[in-house]
Amino acid sequence: MDLAGLSVGWYLALSVALFAIGGIGLLVRRNPLVMFMCVELMLNAVNVAFVALGAGLNDVGGQLAVFFVLVVAATEVVIGLALVVAINRRRSGATADDVSLLKG
Amino acid sequence: MLEAAWLICAFPLAGFALLLAFGRRLGEPRAGWLATAAMAGSFVCSLAVFASLMGRDPAERRFVVTLFEWVPAGDFSVDAGLLVDPLSVTMAMFVTGVGALIHLYAIGYMHGDGDFSKFFVYLNLFAFSMLVLVLGDNLALTFLGWEGVGVCSYLLISFWFTDEANASAGKKAFITNRVGDWGFMLAMFWAFGALGSVRYLDLFGQADSLSSTTATAIVILLFVGAAGKSAQLPLYIWLPDAMAGPTPVSALIHAATMVTAGVYLMVRVNPLIAAADAWAPDVIAWVGVATALFAAGAAIAQQDIKKVLAYSTISQLGYMMLAVGTGAYVAALFHMVTHAFFKALLFLGSGSVIHALDGDQDMRRYGALRAVMPVTAGTFIVGWLAIAGVPPFSGFWSKDEILAYAFDASPALWAVGIFTAALTAFYMSRLVFMTFFGEARYSSDAHPHEPSALMTAPLVVLAGAAAVAGALNLPFTKDLHFMGSWLEPSLFGNEAHLSLGAGAQWLLALVSMAGAALGIAGAVAVYLRHRLPAERVELAAAARAFYVDEVWTRFVGGPGRRAFEGVAAFDANVVDGAVNGVGRSVRAGGALLRRVQSGFVRSYALLMAAGAVALLVWFLARTNF
Repeated sequence: MDLAGLSVGWYLALSVALFAIGGIGLLVRRNPLVMFMCVELMLNAVNVAFVALGAGLNDVGGQLAVFFVLVVAATEVVIGLALVVAINRRRSGATADDVSLLKG
Repeated sequence: MLEAAWLICAFPLAGFALLLAFGRRLGEPRAGWLATAAMAGSFVCSLAVFASLMGRDPAERRFVVTLFEWVPAGDFSVDAGLLVDPLSVTMAMFVTGVGALIHLYAIGYMHGDGDFSKFFVYLNLFAFSMLVLVLGDNLALTFLGWEGVGVCSYLLISFWFTDEANASAGKKAFITNRVGDWGFMLAMFWAFGALGSVRYLDLFGQADSLSSTTATAIVILLFVGAAGKSAQLPLYIWLPDAMAGPTPVSALIHAATMVTAGVYLMVRVNPLIAAADAWAPDVIAWVGVATALFAAGAAIAQQDIKKVLAYSTISQLGYMMLAVGTGAYVAALFHMVTHAFFKALLFLGSGSVIHALDGDQDMRRYGALRAVMPVTAGTFIVGWLAIAGVPPFSGFWSKDEILAYAFDASPALWAVGIFTAALTAFYMSRLVFMTFFGEARYSSDAHPHEPSALMTAPLVVLAGAAAVAGALNLPFTKDLHFMGSWLEPSLFGNEAHLSLGAGAQWLLALVSMAGAALGIAGAVAVYLRHRLPAERVELAAAARAFYVDEVWTRFVGGPGRRAFEGVAAFDANVVDGAVNGVGRSVRAGGALLRRVQSGFVRSYALLMAAGAVALLVWFLARTNF
């Protein structure tokens, strides 16, 4: 089935590419804000896959799942950004590796 | 009244609790009177229970009073229940009756002791434990009482604990009894494993379904326990040393009541003995008769008056075990009751003598006390005639009944028994002659005198009982066999039947009288007429009780100690090692795992990614495309 002239496979390929970029970014970057953006990228990559498959299989469940992801992502961003702000107030310019005090 | 049988135990317990709380404030002599009143109350309750049991049909004379569930644990349930039947009520009556008299005596005997009230705390606790032992309707409750009397025995033997010897005598008694307790516990576990219950009536009801091997094992293990408590070979060693305690304790615990607990237990489990192999009762009979002979031999050469009575107690307990082994349960209990009377009397009498001579226990420094202590001497002579087996005193009837059954089982048992009876007459006569007759050998500083009425009254009562208690169970006709017919419901038809005719019994009785006469005549010749120096009779080996104590010391001190140390090392290294090893390995594992928690968010992310990939690979590998 076509979606705007492209098959589902292309959308899935886009989703995979976005997810991989996000994942690699999360692992290699040390800036907490950038790491956050990478997480958002990964979440949205999954959203693309949901929407594409939902349309491709003619099932509204895929789009429904996206709303859940969006809601969870929104709350997660609130907490995450609050953490970033708190860390920056204490030690401006700290990287994720600098805040490694909570360890076993 | 039967439902109120718990009152029998409740009185001494209440006495114990009150004395524990207020004993010191009550002081002397009120603490003693309170304890005596508790015992008397208990005795009255026992009599009332006895009367209401008599009012029932013989077949109905068995009653269980369940007070509460003591140990609820899944399938295993133990009730705190009392089994009221002729056997337990007989025991309860003489324990409380003799106990009350000895409490009364102790008020006089312990006069002036700094720990006067503490003594009665222990005595009442002992009486409570003994009654729990006797009345308990299951092995576990009996064991509770069993341990309770053991503790009280320990506390009372070492009552004057500032003397090193008294303290170690208490320890010796306790530890030797632990050996017996080990047998009791194993028997209890085994009985529960085989039949799923420790209640006597359950055990007896299913005794037939036991394999004879299991029944034999249980009986032999119980006998190990009984041999510890009732001072049979080779575990008797604690009893002579137990005489370190105050004399009322020796009379109550180490002569009349506690030491008979082993015999009581064996009589109680008679259906199990009946289900066991035939050799099990033979073992009991032979150990009993060997103990009787051995202890009588040792008693001949003792110089300490209480040691003579201690060995004599061991010897008489041997007779009771002989009776159990030959199936003469009634005779065992009969002798237990008469023995309680005359041995308590003898001990209390010896206490009066010791009291009068300022604590001297060596008979070589006694003599001619008959003139200055007429009541003590008179009652003591009644006790002497009873234990020596002179008719018509009580000991003659009970001992002869045992010997008749022994003859029926095996003439060899009887021969040893009759020889022991002659020895008994000899050493008891020796004791009496050395103490009350002959010339005075005590120092001129001592002024022996009759003790107060508090102490002589129990002597007179016990002397009366020791003289006539034979009437409880006369052998002439079945109607006179009161005790036999009374105890029938507790014996489940396991009592052996005497196949001897009346003529044979008369003959045995005559032989036994001749034996007693011979023993007394021998003592007269040696100790009154001095026809033979006493050293010829009192062998050195007998004075040291044939070196059994030394053998035990060698054994336990040498290989025994090494074996125990080996067990302790095994426990410390292997058992504890296993437990500690588990703990150590968990700690080591935790120390390794905590490295994973590094604090670096990105390494967590990497691990999560790796985990997700691993899961994906696993699912894909399992999927069949």
